[in-house]
Amino acid sequence: MGGKLAEFLVPGAVCLHLETGDARDVIRVIGEKLLQAGYVHPTFTDAALEREKNIPTGLPLGGRFNAAIPHTDIEHVIRPGVGMATLTRPVVFMNMVSPQEPVEAQLVFVLALEQPKSQIEMLQEIAGVLQKPSVVEALVAAGNLEDVYTALK
Amino acid sequence: MGIKKKILVACGTAIATSTVVAIAIEEGLRARGVEVTTRQCKASEVPGLAADYDLIVTTTPVPANLGKPVIQTLAFLTGMGKEEVLNQIQQALSA
Repeated sequence: MGGKLAEFLVPGAVCLHLETGDARDVIRVIGEKLLQAGYVHPTFTDAALEREKNIPTGLPLGGRFNAAIPHTDIEHVIRPGVGMATLTRPVVFMNMVSPQEPVEAQLVFVLALEQPKSQIEMLQEIAGVLQKPSVVEALVAAGNLEDVYTALK
Repeated sequence: MGIKKKILVACGTAIATSTVVAIAIEEGLRARGVEVTTRQCKASEVPGLAADYDLIVTTTPVPANLGKPVIQTLAFLTGMGKEEVLNQIQQALSA
């Protein structure tokens, strides 16, 4: 279940129904909020943007919505946490497994990954959520933080 | 029985993704009565390590011509087609 993901989620780094230009803007907005919340170093956003360019993280889910999980190396992270954005209009991330292929993502988890153990747990929780179309749909529909936490229960 | 087959699991940076995939493969195969050993690595390390493994499973592109079967899949992250990929893995290991 996604119960654990709720523990990793950084409330100050959740943007619902974000209207933005492209994937890079999403990473910038959430990266900035993770910085303000004290989870990442100022280098995080640029590092995540650079990594996304080389090793993209778009994940087609086969349902109504697709996702992306931008992240970067642990040296840019202060403590583990997950930022999240849902998008009014999907933005294009490239497919993790075939980087030439665009994935229109509407749910983005920005991962501040730190210790190997916590990052594995965090990613397992996210994979668990992505594997449940009803939870993905509830997250994309969420109008406020309470809806998000309810969806993750 | 016999010697456990070895699967090399690769992702972009060998931190989280490949570990999650490796655990999911081990659990998925165990549920089918197949025990395997796995090791995680970066995609860029695959050419140097491939010779010691029976199969490579990766979430990100790896170089071609490794001389070993390669399965590229996101199934263990997204759940999509997981059973089919487990079939493919079992097939590749029994070949």
